[in-house]
Amino acid sequence: MRAFVALFRKELRSYFGSPLVYLVAAAFLAYTGYYFHTDLVYFITFGFGLNIMENFWSILLIDVRLVLIFAIPLLTMRLLAEERRLGTLELLLTYPLGDRAVVAAKLGACLVVVGALLAATLVYPAVVFHVQPFPLQPLVAGYVGLILFSVVCASYGLFISSLTDSQVLAGFLTALPLLLLWLLSWNEAAASPDALPFVRAVSLFNHFQPFSIGVIEARDVFYFLYLTAVFVWATLRVLESRHWRGRR
Amino acid sequence: MISVEHLTKFYGATCAVDDVSFGVKRGEVAALLGPNGSGKSTLMRMLTGYFAPTSGRVLVDGVDVTERPAVARGRIGYLPEQVALYPELTVTRYLAFVAEVKGLVGRRRRDAVAGVIERCGLGDVAGRLTGKLSKGYRQRVGLAQALVGDPEVLVLDEPTVGLDPVQTVEMRALLRTLAGRTVLLSTHILSEASALCSRIVIMSRGHLLAEDTPDALAKRLGGVARITVRIDGPTAEVSAMLETLPGVLRVERAAGDEQPGERFAIFAHEPAPVQRALAGKVVERGWTLLEVRTETPSLEDLFVQLLAQNATPKAAHVG
Repeated sequence: MRAFVALFRKELRSYFGSPLVYLVAAAFLAYTGYYFHTDLVYFITFGFGLNIMENFWSILLIDVRLVLIFAIPLLTMRLLAEERRLGTLELLLTYPLGDRAVVAAKLGACLVVVGALLAATLVYPAVVFHVQPFPLQPLVAGYVGLILFSVVCASYGLFISSLTDSQVLAGFLTALPLLLLWLLSWNEAAASPDALPFVRAVSLFNHFQPFSIGVIEARDVFYFLYLTAVFVWATLRVLESRHWRGRR
Repeated sequence: MISVEHLTKFYGATCAVDDVSFGVKRGEVAALLGPNGSGKSTLMRMLTGYFAPTSGRVLVDGVDVTERPAVARGRIGYLPEQVALYPELTVTRYLAFVAEVKGLVGRRRRDAVAGVIERCGLGDVAGRLTGKLSKGYRQRVGLAQALVGDPEVLVLDEPTVGLDPVQTVEMRALLRTLAGRTVLLSTHILSEASALCSRIVIMSRGHLLAEDTPDALAKRLGGVARITVRIDGPTAEVSAMLETLPGVLRVERAAGDEQPGERFAIFAHEPAPVQRALAGKVVERGWTLLEVRTETPSLEDLFVQLLAQNATPKAAHVG
């Protein structure tokens, strides 16, 4: 536990000691701020008086999630790829600290950064609430969805980062499939009727959409948690593979 | 303290370490010696629990490294061959991180960090980023992190590799201060092994070739001393006389040079009796003894000899 805390703190220090996090945060807030502005203008012009959750927050949350798809790979790409490239992973894994603690500390530190980014977006509802109060509970559900989504993306990014010692490759291979999974059911009419149920089942969009309108469904929560567990498990297996592959 | 039992490691079909067994006693400094690619690093990585052995086991103070990795790792300080540090951390911060990972907190952590900084002579660079250090300092930081927490066992993989001569001398001096701990260090430099260690384990191509003290190793391998003499006298007679000296195996006439007298090389297991008898015989015959020089075989020679004996091309080279 103590070793976990030490690594967790070191990871946070590495994050906030590098310019990348600040650049990602600036870009993230610029993009979400832009979406907040345009979505709000759209709502006021065309949907004013209608359900604010479905006609404004839902659209904004889906846009925020799109920005996360690009922001999270930038945060996860260095987690293990960097250690592999530097060779520090060998020492780290010979300290009295298990593979699980390494994975947990790295994922945890990344999620703290993502959490800080998401917390910063709370300024948008605060501004709107200040001007015109609205029911907050559905929005809370929306944020739960964003958090679960982020956890999946981060654990996937960590897994990809464990496979390569190139950060660029790790970032790329994290962002591309996430985007694909999101686009999968973008145009349902284009999917063949036979494939549609499958597409709906695996699409990140379909599982996130209920959250964005304020609905928390057990199967969606399960979908996100299940994916997270799979990626964490896979990352542990990759770390373990050094024993039989004989590489670092 | 360290007990390696029938350790074997395969990478796919390639055998990197083949049924190696040896032990290092408490407080002993042992060298793992072998050319590059002889399986030293692989063996050390199994010792530290980084790799699991294909078969066999490693006990550190009676604890199986594979079965109870956390306990065993807590007792080992490890310096890998490639010292990799986190470039964004300062030396102090990095060592504090290592101390914390090794379970030291608060005052004990501060004391441990201050202790290794002093011990390894890192005071001048304590506030520098590890990414900006010279190779010599990086290696010292690497040793410092292994020493954090006072582990009972130190496993050092090529601690002087890649250092310049001055840094190498400094590093060896530092390594000498470790006496009293159980140390296993690997090297491909014989003089280093014989200077620092009380026991040498020689490996080649994944096999254990020999294991003993440096002196015993030299004896066991039947080293032959070479005595070079320069004598002013009739060449044929001198040569014949030399062959009658006690314990002489062989006499060779060495290449001539500008100086007076003839040079001969005498080979014998024990140089002392030859030297004693030599002077008397020369004087008896009225010749002049101009030079006597004795060279005992270096471990280097023995090492090469051993490797040559083992040079069967059955096992592949793996690092």
